[in-house]
Amino acid sequence: MPDEWFDINAYLKIGDNGVVTIMSPNPEFGQNIKTSMPMIVAEELDVDWNNVIVEQAPFDTTKYTRQFAGGSASIRSSYDGLRLAGATARHMLRQAAADAWQLPLAEITTAAGMVHHAASGQSASYGTLASAAAGVSVPEEVELKNVRDFGIIGTSRKNVEAKNIITGKPLFGIDYRRDGMLIAMIAHPPAFGMKLKSFDGAAAEKMPGINKVFSIETFPRGFEKGLFDTVSFTELVAVVGETTWQVMQAKQVLEVEWEPITDVVETMNIFGNIRENRIPGGLESTEEHERRMEQESGSGTRVSRRDGDPEAAFARAAQVIERTYTAPFLAHNCMEPMNFFAHFTDEKLEMAGPLQAPEFTESTLAARFDLPKEKIDIHLTRMGGGFGRRAYGHYLVEAALISQQAQAPIKLIYTREDDMTCGIYRPSYHATYRAALDEAGKLIGLHVKAGGVPESPLFANRFPAGAVDHYLAEEWSVDSNISIGAFRAPRSNFMSGAEQAFLDEVAEAAGKDPIDFRLELLQRARENPVGENNDYDAARYAGVLELVREKSDWDNTPAGASRGVSAYFCHNTYVAQVLDLTVTDGKPTVDRVSCAVDCGIVINPDAATNMAEGAIVDGVGNALYGQLTFRDGVPDQQNFDDYRMIRIGEAPRSIDVHFVRNEESPTGMGEPPFPPVFGAVANALYRATGERHYRQPFLGERELLG
Amino acid sequence: MAKFTLHVNGNEQTVDVDPATPVLWVLREHLDLPGTKYGCGIGQCGACTVHVEGAAMRSCSLPVSSIGDRPITTIEGLSEHGTHPVQQAWLDHDVPQCGYCQAGQIMSASALLSHTPDPSDADIDAALQGNLCRCGTYLRIRSAVKSAARSANS
Repeated sequence: MPDEWFDINAYLKIGDNGVVTIMSPNPEFGQNIKTSMPMIVAEELDVDWNNVIVEQAPFDTTKYTRQFAGGSASIRSSYDGLRLAGATARHMLRQAAADAWQLPLAEITTAAGMVHHAASGQSASYGTLASAAAGVSVPEEVELKNVRDFGIIGTSRKNVEAKNIITGKPLFGIDYRRDGMLIAMIAHPPAFGMKLKSFDGAAAEKMPGINKVFSIETFPRGFEKGLFDTVSFTELVAVVGETTWQVMQAKQVLEVEWEPITDVVETMNIFGNIRENRIPGGLESTEEHERRMEQESGSGTRVSRRDGDPEAAFARAAQVIERTYTAPFLAHNCMEPMNFFAHFTDEKLEMAGPLQAPEFTESTLAARFDLPKEKIDIHLTRMGGGFGRRAYGHYLVEAALISQQAQAPIKLIYTREDDMTCGIYRPSYHATYRAALDEAGKLIGLHVKAGGVPESPLFANRFPAGAVDHYLAEEWSVDSNISIGAFRAPRSNFMSGAEQAFLDEVAEAAGKDPIDFRLELLQRARENPVGENNDYDAARYAGVLELVREKSDWDNTPAGASRGVSAYFCHNTYVAQVLDLTVTDGKPTVDRVSCAVDCGIVINPDAATNMAEGAIVDGVGNALYGQLTFRDGVPDQQNFDDYRMIRIGEAPRSIDVHFVRNEESPTGMGEPPFPPVFGAVANALYRATGERHYRQPFLGERELLG
Repeated sequence: MAKFTLHVNGNEQTVDVDPATPVLWVLREHLDLPGTKYGCGIGQCGACTVHVEGAAMRSCSLPVSSIGDRPITTIEGLSEHGTHPVQQAWLDHDVPQCGYCQAGQIMSASALLSHTPDPSDADIDAALQGNLCRCGTYLRIRSAVKSAARSANS
């Protein structure tokens, strides 16, 4: 460790011994940006990665932009800024050397943490120059490296936190401790469509270790909710005590009465646009959702895009194929349940824990407690998973309210049941696709009509829009009081599966190979696109399909296996997959998945590969087993004994991930490899069993035929 | 409340708790060993896996009163400096994503290798079927367990 550190800018400081500390600005939930973001800074700084220490940056909007984990956009939106931070520091080190040696800046070069002047043979380490460099005025323009000279970006570097993880260090919010800290838990209504009527905490308060029982109101009626202020249950009973086990026991003896809600109108303030959102009363069930989706699909749709004359194309078609796809609600089920530390004092509100969207939540806290943001301090811990769930910061408001009322530092912890049953789910979706083929088997018309409870999953301008002359996209939605939120590749995670399974069936009807069929459509979109507003680059789309065809040896299906292909573009990254499976005794085994990815420049290839592997496992699991169903507002699945998650024995036997090599700016990996899996599974299952699968989960608890 | 003397990671420690308290919460909140994780509380996810007399057990479903003088090992005590072959293999394969379940995975894997030094894929799947990984790192876990077996046997 150095004797002294010199702050060069918000992203890095250099020690007098040459060790560099690089701040990783964004929240970490397993996407490995705590390694990959600093790699970008280190690249431009031109320092030996072995001399780099990484620290989680404080949440500070004055120093950093977009400290947000979501939308697969951390690397994409910060790439230029991180390069600039490193390049600026490198420039200042060179300037410090030029000043000291009285030599022209242009003749000063760097390599691996050293500054050199070739002609005079002089050299100095970054450590010895750090003090002077810190005093150099910040240049207005700096030169960035040529991407072909990268020596850190594009090479696999180990997760900087791995050693702490495998030795059980307290990295997570749930591990956070403070002297005098109490534990808090909440009781929420057992069903969506219910609210708190009354409670009696006397028995619970008499339990050992219990400090207080009281109710809190997360958002009072009329509170202007922001984009990430979704929450189903705003009145809760809080139990505060000394230890988690004691609080869990006291929760069991709470006496609470719940009552049905009537229709609620909440006020939303979405970036200054005030609107009202109606939440219907009633106790909803999955059966009712499915009936209403069928009904809405047949009426009440709105047109989102129309090209050519789809009605005429369907009228003259030689063959029309119509298929309907559905998917259930899903719970995020992060392994670390929702939790947060809060200490509310007269001076400030101090918080620590796992959170994807601190900037949004800070605004919410400021509004809810009428506090200036300077008095709110949010410390970001590592997250035990996020998948979108931890963008919704209601649990911080709850923790702050509990600390305020208990007048103590507290850590709010959800039980697994609380976590699984309190809402903010992936919605239930429904899509009907129709294809019109002419006599020659050419796709002349496509009609998609998609909706869900309570939102539509449609992306009207995505492929195959732009590749079909006559195209119609319509959407609809059904109101619900079951709250929803972003879930790994929102909406794409359903639409991809429906679309890619449908195209597989259309290719079959047209008598074409499924990859050739897609490539022909992409060629049309590239050479002579229909319409102007098409949300994809057809050449890069085709590129991943061609790569996966080669890497999977598409034309040679292994003996006994059945294979399905799928491709999708979302969150700025293109992914294609070929999945091989065999069915034995009614159970599918995924033998191999080949995955081709175009995310531009790959920062950390092995870490990117890990993300793709994880997304594929997640996709296979949700395609086959994932579902959250309801009866009278009550979730049928409340813990991992009845919510079926994929386990190691069901994971694919092998996954190979291949990246398209190009010099495009990098895009994200957290979400894009997930959506295509659903279609690949469906298409492979069809070839294995002869049965098409339209309804997720494809298996649930039942066994396959065939 | 009652007093229990536990043998954890080679140390003897006494706690005064409700006898029904799961070992998980005694470790995390009374003995300052937070590496063992809470995931479900009903023995379904494996995040809380520890060794009791060398066998993998779900500490969330194990009352402290049931332990007696049987030694407990947690992730913090698996090796002094993270050098157990399973931990090393986890580093070599860069297994973790979010990392929350990995202590439990490592404890299950190390218990497996202690009685099955050369496990097949089926052995690994069976021994780790009770450990959920929401990030889906299962393939790296399989590879890491095999590497750990090779390095422990060499």
